[in-house]
Amino acid sequence: MLLEVKKLSKSFGGIKAVRDINLNIEPNSISSIIGPNGAGKTTFFNLMTGIYKADTGEINFNGKSLLGLRPDQVTAAGVTRTFQSIRLFANMTVLENVMVGMHTRLDISLWKTLIRPASFQQQEERVREKGRELLQFVGLAGKGDEVSRNLPYGDQRRIEIARALATDPKLILLDEPTAGMNPNESEDAMLLFRRIRDERGVTVVLIEHDMRVVMGISERISVLDYGEMIAEGTPEAIRANPRVVEAYLGRRAAGIEQEAAS
Amino acid sequence: MMNTSIPAPTSGTNGSLRQWIRQPRIAGVFILAYLVVFATILFKLDRANTLFPLWSSLAFPPFVISPFIIFSSPLSRRIKAGLILLVVLILMPLIGIYDGGYLELSIQIAIFSALALGLNIVVGFAGLLDLGYIAFFAVGAYIWAMFSETNVTTVWSVAGLIVPGWAFYLFIPVGVFAAALVGMLLGLPVLRLRGDYLAIVTLGFGEMIRVLARNLDQPYNLTNGTQGLSGVGRPPLPGFAVPLTANIGQAMGIQISNVEPVSQQLLFYFIAIILLALIIVIAQRLDNSPIGRAWTAIREDEVAAVAMGVPLVRMKLLAFASGAAFAGAIGVLFAAKNSFVSPESFSLDQSISILAMVIVGGLGGIRGVILGAIVVQLLNLQILVNFSLQINALKNIDYVIPIINFPIRNWPPQLEPAKYQRLVFGLLLILMTIFRPAGLLPEPRRKMEMRGRAPEPDELARLEEPAIAAEIDPKHANEG
Repeated sequence: MLLEVKKLSKSFGGIKAVRDINLNIEPNSISSIIGPNGAGKTTFFNLMTGIYKADTGEINFNGKSLLGLRPDQVTAAGVTRTFQSIRLFANMTVLENVMVGMHTRLDISLWKTLIRPASFQQQEERVREKGRELLQFVGLAGKGDEVSRNLPYGDQRRIEIARALATDPKLILLDEPTAGMNPNESEDAMLLFRRIRDERGVTVVLIEHDMRVVMGISERISVLDYGEMIAEGTPEAIRANPRVVEAYLGRRAAGIEQEAAS
Repeated sequence: MMNTSIPAPTSGTNGSLRQWIRQPRIAGVFILAYLVVFATILFKLDRANTLFPLWSSLAFPPFVISPFIIFSSPLSRRIKAGLILLVVLILMPLIGIYDGGYLELSIQIAIFSALALGLNIVVGFAGLLDLGYIAFFAVGAYIWAMFSETNVTTVWSVAGLIVPGWAFYLFIPVGVFAAALVGMLLGLPVLRLRGDYLAIVTLGFGEMIRVLARNLDQPYNLTNGTQGLSGVGRPPLPGFAVPLTANIGQAMGIQISNVEPVSQQLLFYFIAIILLALIIVIAQRLDNSPIGRAWTAIREDEVAAVAMGVPLVRMKLLAFASGAAFAGAIGVLFAAKNSFVSPESFSLDQSISILAMVIVGGLGGIRGVILGAIVVQLLNLQILVNFSLQINALKNIDYVIPIINFPIRNWPPQLEPAKYQRLVFGLLLILMTIFRPAGLLPEPRRKMEMRGRAPEPDELARLEEPAIAAEIDPKHANEG
């Protein structure tokens, strides 16, 4: 297993945002986490990446515990993410955004920065080169020098993905990467997610609402509802699972006997 | 959005005039003429002249900003560098020999430019509002003053820890490290805070250092309290300095009454310029490196930066320490130059002044910040003071303003321009925020940040997820 999550819990005040979640992710897989709004999906990502601290539970990644690590240490360990709300460095250029992503993989020495030996220049050149290569990979070749906020929404999502890939991850967590996209764009995005896995060998986990994307791309799907994992399995199994249908559509629509009217 | 880059259709003479003046040769002639005119005025001015203050305020500021005009001219890099060096290393010292007042002014400008550049690393690059920056300056100044002063009996002099003047050069790095260390010590507990909270804590810290300096005369006299330390050591003058200054003075046809102080000032001028040049290079290299990118990223979006692997605390500490280090070095110079250090030189006012320089000039940009320091220092030290002097000079000769028939003798002393320093300063800041919010020489990125814009998906979504920003601090997360 690349990632093993055991009994992960987190509450905010009295609200249990995430309750005893277990999740296994195999290397080189594409999986999705779905669930209604407020089910705790993004909280789960924030726990994984060290932005929130878990109350209880375990997160083992690649044989190493991620629990208690700072977000930058999690990134260094090989887990990266994108944000549901795009969080670019809006006034930096596209290329600079991607270059920031490489921070943990660089030799950052104050001395070298001031003295500028050849190795510093070479590293800068390497960083720039790799940044351009990543931009090409996500389909933004030639846009490196534009200020990222000036790019259209879909491109901004791609920058975020390129920036996340720049951290040299083994696992990328994509938080609603196709939100706000039209069907054509979603189609392209799915292609990109597959290429991330196939060409770069990065395991992909998505949070998604668009069922066409979820069903079209995922090998495994986990369903969250009210902070709990209510189902886990292949797309076919999930589609047929009555609890999932119920969580999404309500009891009556799911054809289950209605509770006493309230 | 980027329509500004399209050149406006050249409207008649205006457009072609601009093109004409952008020709290197024409521009070169203009710059030379500019330098000749203002340098000549400064060389010809006589302090005995009634209109001296007016002429001086008219000629000195344009002369001081000439390096900026040269820098933005269409000349080749080599010529530009040569001209700037000519102004800074030759013309300015010559004017200073002719009239020591200008030398003093330019040293003050260099010192505060360097301070503003240091603060700019913290506020401009990393986006951490520091209202106690002057404390690091105080650390540098006191470190040198405590160990080199000769007039006061302190613990150090009792213990025989007094160092000779030449140790000044050793104490510049000592000041750098001491201030950087203090910066880190302050930074460690404080940098978990953000924005307003950080500003208030740093403000308190700045006051703490000042109060410490004021009270550390008991039980052991370390700083001599409110009276300050006088007789601070000075770097020894090289043997050739005094005769050289006298010879240059003679060649210029002026009688220098006391050559030694003038040479001493010249030495400080050159040390200040060398330090400033070093600081400019360091600031540029920091900005243009992975460290600089990490700082910008933190400023833009802290959560995204840390999620992309930027270690927040380490990078912020680095910003704090580098900014502090600059102030420490300059503090050593400041103590030696004034040969006197007292807690009152390091008040909150000073921190705010330096911050104002950074903001007036253009947060984040190196050239802009220096220009800001020049403008603020000139306003404070020269222009307003000169207006007052001018009015007094006119009073002395009983001048009557013609047409309105107003005898200047009746000008009430309450209305002296120098008394309105803060008012003018405040007005300047207000006008700036209205007309040039990103500063006199805005850094391109800042300009974009300041420009009005429609809310972006990013911002809209941030409203949905307000918890994230607060939650990044583990302390908050545990409370939550």
